[in-house]
Amino acid sequence: MNTTAEARGQPVLARALRDAVLKLNPAHLIRNPVIFVTEVVSILVTLLAMLAAWRAEPWGFQAGIAAWLWLTVLFATFAEAIAEGRGRARAESLRRSRGEARAKLLARADDRTQWQDRAAADLREGDLILVAAGDLIPADGEAIEGIASVNEAAVTGESAPVIRESGGDRSAVTGGTTLVSDWLVVRVTAAPGNSFMDRMIALVEGASRQKTPNEVALDILLAGMTIVFLIAVATIVGLASFHATPPSVPVLAALLVTLIPTTIGGLLSAIGIAGMDRLVRFNVVATSGRAVEAAGDVDVLLLDKTGTITLGNRQAASFIPAPGVDERDLAEAAVLASLADETPEGRSILVLAREKHGVAAEAVPEGATIIPFTAQTRVSGLDLPGRGSFRKAAADRMADATPPALVEAVARIARAGATPLVVARDGQVLGAIALKDVIKPGMRERFDALRRMGIRTVMVTGDNRLTAAAIAAEAGVDDFLAEATPEDKLGYIRRAQAEGRLVAMAGDGTNDAPALAQADVGLAMQTGTQAAREAGNMVDLDSDPTKLIEVVEIGKQLLITRGALTTFSIANDVAKYFAILPAIFVAQYPGLAALNVMGLTSPESAILSAVIFNALIIVALVPLALRGVGRGGLGAAALLRRNLLVYGLGGLLVPFLGIKAIDVCLTLLGIV
Amino acid sequence: MTLIGWAQIAFLLTLVLATAVPLGRYIAAVAEGRVGFLRPLETGFYRTAGVDPAQGMGWQRYVLAMLALNAAGFLLLYALLRAQAWLPLNPAELPGLSPWLAFNTAISFVTNTNWQAYSGETAMSHLSQMAGLAVQNFLSAATGIALALALTRALAAGGVQALGNFWADLVRITLYLLLPLALLLGMLLVAQGVPQTLSAGATLEGGEVLPLGPAAFQVAIKQLGTNGGGFFGVNSAHPFENPTAITNLLQLWAILALPFALTLTFGRMVGDMRQGWALSAVMMLFVIAGTALAYAAEAAGNPLHIAAGLNPADGNMEGKEVRHGIALSALWAVATTGASNGSVNAMHDSFTPLGGLVPMFLIQLGEVLPGGVGSGLYGIMVFVLLAVFVAGLMVGRTPEYLGKKIQAREVKLAMLAVLVVPLCVLGFSAVAAVLPAALASVQDAGPHGLSEILYAYSSAAGNNGSAFAGLTADTPYMNTTLGIAMLLGRYAIIVPVLAIAGSLAAKPRAPDSAGSFPTHGPLFVGLLSGIILILGGLQFLPALFLGPVAEHFALMAGQTF
Repeated sequence: MNTTAEARGQPVLARALRDAVLKLNPAHLIRNPVIFVTEVVSILVTLLAMLAAWRAEPWGFQAGIAAWLWLTVLFATFAEAIAEGRGRARAESLRRSRGEARAKLLARADDRTQWQDRAAADLREGDLILVAAGDLIPADGEAIEGIASVNEAAVTGESAPVIRESGGDRSAVTGGTTLVSDWLVVRVTAAPGNSFMDRMIALVEGASRQKTPNEVALDILLAGMTIVFLIAVATIVGLASFHATPPSVPVLAALLVTLIPTTIGGLLSAIGIAGMDRLVRFNVVATSGRAVEAAGDVDVLLLDKTGTITLGNRQAASFIPAPGVDERDLAEAAVLASLADETPEGRSILVLAREKHGVAAEAVPEGATIIPFTAQTRVSGLDLPGRGSFRKAAADRMADATPPALVEAVARIARAGATPLVVARDGQVLGAIALKDVIKPGMRERFDALRRMGIRTVMVTGDNRLTAAAIAAEAGVDDFLAEATPEDKLGYIRRAQAEGRLVAMAGDGTNDAPALAQADVGLAMQTGTQAAREAGNMVDLDSDPTKLIEVVEIGKQLLITRGALTTFSIANDVAKYFAILPAIFVAQYPGLAALNVMGLTSPESAILSAVIFNALIIVALVPLALRGVGRGGLGAAALLRRNLLVYGLGGLLVPFLGIKAIDVCLTLLGIV
Repeated sequence: MTLIGWAQIAFLLTLVLATAVPLGRYIAAVAEGRVGFLRPLETGFYRTAGVDPAQGMGWQRYVLAMLALNAAGFLLLYALLRAQAWLPLNPAELPGLSPWLAFNTAISFVTNTNWQAYSGETAMSHLSQMAGLAVQNFLSAATGIALALALTRALAAGGVQALGNFWADLVRITLYLLLPLALLLGMLLVAQGVPQTLSAGATLEGGEVLPLGPAAFQVAIKQLGTNGGGFFGVNSAHPFENPTAITNLLQLWAILALPFALTLTFGRMVGDMRQGWALSAVMMLFVIAGTALAYAAEAAGNPLHIAAGLNPADGNMEGKEVRHGIALSALWAVATTGASNGSVNAMHDSFTPLGGLVPMFLIQLGEVLPGGVGSGLYGIMVFVLLAVFVAGLMVGRTPEYLGKKIQAREVKLAMLAVLVVPLCVLGFSAVAAVLPAALASVQDAGPHGLSEILYAYSSAAGNNGSAFAGLTADTPYMNTTLGIAMLLGRYAIIVPVLAIAGSLAAKPRAPDSAGSFPTHGPLFVGLLSGIILILGGLQFLPALFLGPVAEHFALMAGQTF
């Protein structure tokens, strides 16, 4: 992915700087109460410095404070701008890929010869368009006629074309992707500018980003703290008047700005945008920030068995010969019975026979009669002239011919969650093949990790209870839903939610749509139906349902980063008090010099150092805000301990060092 | 500091925790209606008032019922105080109170503050003491406990609207908890020589009259209910109000007993005792740390006294009773300010600057360590929610406390509650520090004078009621502003807290999961302590700097005010 390189490139940085200045507009900043207050204070101190200069009074110190207060505001807007810039870089490349699309507007669905040329931007919902080989699909839509292969690399990054056809689960097409072969008649489901891609681009850019519930709550906390410190600083004037000279306005302004939580206030929106961006880099697109946040809270994860937990196809795992039959004979008969079977199951029998018994598969011999599998007979095989008839069949199809000992073995296979097939030669049952679901490698470890996070995994399958229980035990999921109908899924989600749990699920089919809509986090597959994509609140462009697990991680990372920087910001206040308060009153109460624990050079340098530290720490933490604070695979209690130590205790200590270092620099430079 | 001093402190605090366990269990039983040895009386009350005790109230109705009771209590008390001259049981023939003083006093007792701008023995008739002040001592304490129970129920249940029935809570707490305990403690105090008489006083040779009165039971409830209003002007430093080492011990225990017991009631009612112990631990941590600081500062003494030839080993005995000594005076100062009680057995004004800073800071931290009966529990819950909110994010989930999600509404209401104390303390103090009408009340100049102002408004807003002497409180300006501070400090916190309760009650209680961090254990205790200091305390640092801290360094330099 080249967006990282692009994001770090010069143009992005230059644009971010320009945007940072534009964002100083108070009308924009008012969304961020902490930084807004800082800006108001900056304006006030600037005016006072100018007034002092005009009156030919000393103004250098005031101007210094004013300058650094402005930088504090600027660094905060810069953090937001750079986060947006990174998202925009990716969005632009998406947008470029769409180019100046033209559309062929059809008057009637059944007549593909009559079309008008129309700019894609003029399309409306419900329009019918023809897309031919080589055309860019101009808008999101649903194929209503035809079958075609589509290159969706612009969206998924995957260059292998995928099939799109009318009806069924593969009818959704996405604007910006290219038709490689054949044709489709598409009904536009979203007008350009409002398509899925447009919404995604807008979200990544941060333009249409709405504050998430948790962000709103945090904003309230920060605004409340700002008010508390406003009270604390404003009342100093009155209190000090009782027996001392109140400090000057610039000094009080410096105290106020260093006390209010500017660090987290400045980085909050950058953290949110970066969270969305991380998701997009991961090829998952959320329709709202709310969904990303909810992902962090998920307690229950519903995963489809097939394709998510297991490889998707059952595979031959063992041969069980009937009494008196050589296993190699059985293997050979099974291979012959499967020669014409092109399904993955059939292939897996050949593979097993070769690996276990060295039985090589031959081409289907001349003159052989192929007995294809049908749902009615549930038998397939091959009749070879001179060698006999070879069959494999569902176990119950040949129950009569199966020796009692094998019946027992067959039952055992079924109990273990596998599927038994019996193999017969000339009507004589030779033995059974166990077909097993193969669990993807590493799934057990991932489920263990999820359990440590407090997330229950639930396997959803159409299999019977017996099979489901066996696979569930092998995969290490916490629960399973067997013989699941769409209603069952919906009911399960509702019950879990009634118990106060948050549920995430991945799905692709139209019959998944109600459950996707009901789940707190519904991850729809890009290859899924339009209905599923509309019902979910995230779309996975790679159509990999296991990604739900990473989505949860990203959601958590977003919250952790916010919490860590909030804690850091609040803990910083202690050191700032130690820098500024003695400095303010030491002239009148010389004994207070004892509280100048950092040994700062002078009151002026102490105040200036605190303000400079307060501004620089925002810039210093931008990379962390963009990267996010990870979980490090820790459980909740351990994670809290680690983060409290790093960001709480660190937040207490770092500013002592930082302010001292800045003071030393200022002194060396002879500024104070 | 001496070993014996610390042994006394340790003994008392151990006693408090030991009794908190059975008391906590008992209060839970009372709250759940499982105690009923006065059932006929109890149901009599309900019938008379037309109340169905089983009918639950939503948070608004609960608050309205509470406000109605308190408003009626205020009006009645105000009328009684104004009219006491014409009412019976006034053997000393005291006049009625001025409108300002009656306003201030009525608010003070209804809000569980017991700030006293008067001296009991020379201003209050026996009727005012018994039918006015003592009644409010019971009701304001029962109100606080009822509110704490309502909040506890909100956290204990999931997806409910009702927080309990205010009238039933009030009656049960009064009948089954406060009255029996006060009766028991009162008897013990009488046995130790605290007067309980309706006579005006004892006449000494030479005609001087020592005022007496129905003090013992008033003292019992003033301590148990963390009211703190003394029968006599100098409160529990008075030899009649607190005559012996045993009464001192009993009263110290009574100050702390119920606030600590209520945390364990909380643990029991939410079904996890560890939650209650965690809150207890935080409270105890601050009590011990505060006591250590105050004790150390007082034991170190005043450098000017030492320079003048006093024995440094005596420490600072100015304003302390010899029969209580420094250790128990320091512990009392911390207990009474930590617990929003406000009774004193020594004069905080005469503490060293740092010794006096401790009680003042404890009040400013929001009266939650352990805080008043009930108010301490619901007050610390505000900090718990904020601590859980900030730290909870760091484990990557929407923060939860006891399975309840803490979201924008709770944070907003919690911040509203947190704003009240700094607004009242710093706002009123800053105005008083420059306003001539207020300045006339201040006895001392310099930082010490500022401390007197700060302490007064802290005490009022924190519903504590103790005073740094040296401030003339009975002026129209002080009576009015302190009265307003008391009102805001009580109800401007209660309303948001109960709104939080309403909001939390309606949320489902999610089962424990490995993804949410434990809100018990040392880590949480440390976290909550830190949040209380930072969100509850940092805003007062500039003011404390200008008051006690500046005074301390001036004193070290030999300067007095």
